[in-house]
Amino acid sequence: MDKTVASPAEAVARIGDGASVMIGGFGGSGAPIELIHALIDKGPRNLTVINNNAGNGHVGLAALIEAGLVGKLICSFPRSADPRVFTEAYLAGEIELELVPQGTLAERIRAGGAGIPAFYTPTSYGTDLAKGKKVEEFDGRPHVQERWLKADFALVKAHRGDTHGNLTYRMAARNFNPLMCMAAAHTIVQVSELVQPGAIDPEAVVTPGIFVQSVVEVANPAQEEVLNRAGAVYPPARPQEVQA
Amino acid sequence: MTRKLSNAQIAWRAAQDIADGAYVNLGIGFPEMVAKFQPEGREAIFHTENGILNFGEAPEPGTEDWDLINAGKKAVTLKPGAAFFHHADSFAMVRGGHLDVAILGAYQVAENGDLANWSTGPKGVPAVGGAMDLVHGAKRVAVITDHVTKDGKPKLVQRCTLPLTGVGCVTRVYTSLAVVDIEGGRFVLREKLATISLDDLQAVTGARLHLDGAVADLIAPEL
Repeated sequence: MDKTVASPAEAVARIGDGASVMIGGFGGSGAPIELIHALIDKGPRNLTVINNNAGNGHVGLAALIEAGLVGKLICSFPRSADPRVFTEAYLAGEIELELVPQGTLAERIRAGGAGIPAFYTPTSYGTDLAKGKKVEEFDGRPHVQERWLKADFALVKAHRGDTHGNLTYRMAARNFNPLMCMAAAHTIVQVSELVQPGAIDPEAVVTPGIFVQSVVEVANPAQEEVLNRAGAVYPPARPQEVQA
Repeated sequence: MTRKLSNAQIAWRAAQDIADGAYVNLGIGFPEMVAKFQPEGREAIFHTENGILNFGEAPEPGTEDWDLINAGKKAVTLKPGAAFFHHADSFAMVRGGHLDVAILGAYQVAENGDLANWSTGPKGVPAVGGAMDLVHGAKRVAVITDHVTKDGKPKLVQRCTLPLTGVGCVTRVYTSLAVVDIEGGRFVLREKLATISLDDLQAVTGARLHLDGAVADLIAPEL
């Protein structure tokens, strides 16, 4: 068994127009920047993207939106230090937004991966975000019915991964990544360090390989925060042609 | 004009009610200050939605690790005994009643305990984050806020007019002028600045302040 692929470009090659794509990360931590940039290079249109946020600056998810590839975003908090790309697209009516409370978003993804089509939560009861949803009382308290969330693809960042797709994460870069691995039909993981089976202690595995379809090694991955502090833009502007 | 508590002093006052050993979530922004004012000899453990228990203060500039951030996307450090977990576990801690206290900011708090703190109306980009989960999970949900809005309107009101974050969820409000409990659909005044009269406090409060025994002086150190 070997789930490795040679490059981020090869890993995202099968993602086509209209696909739903979960993208891991919370802000920049755990965001698979290299996979997102490879997806921008490939250029599928009208994607539905599931992420906690809506991008920051002009790299990663913000760059995917700026490239005009995202038709709908499902997220909890579309704000950041520099949210201009999403904000402008949203206010211009170019992108649809489904706003979901953060814990409900996480649980919907978990439910999608766990084969639970719906669940009840106290979250959002009596608010605008519960409008149109079924409400039922349990133990005298009203709860809102929420549905599972699944996707065609997940783009995930992990720290170490073996060729079977067993994964560990680095600190708070874990966040939504393990859940999205479970909830996508095809999960693509970039790992900072690719190892052979047996190199990860089974006691330490966070995501078992059964939830992973493709693994690509990206050593020394970019951090969104560092890119933004350097004023990075993706794709980088072409150098101006020198006039003869 | 009555002098009022600064944000740091409001945060300090809220910190005095956090017990040793409590698990606590602080909202992003102003509520994050509460962590700085833990009383001597008490150790609370702070939770952040993105998957850390027992994080500490910000690192020295230049030493940030951007895989180690809080819900406000600010770099943090770890204390001995910290733990990492994914988002579903994080919100199991929230919704499952495992947090002792959540302290949030507010646009409006109503006497029935309703909270509005995520949207100021249909304009702009809506964003909710984890606030709607937190208000239904923690054993105690407290609000820290200025007593009035920037243009002087009451933030403590009969009924919220802004979009709700949660229904009947807040039990205590720490303001720049007073400490108010919410009990049985009423505001009950517990503490107020000695320099403001009950009438003046009532005049900047949008619903009736009830008394239940003595009202203590609201005291906070200069910070």
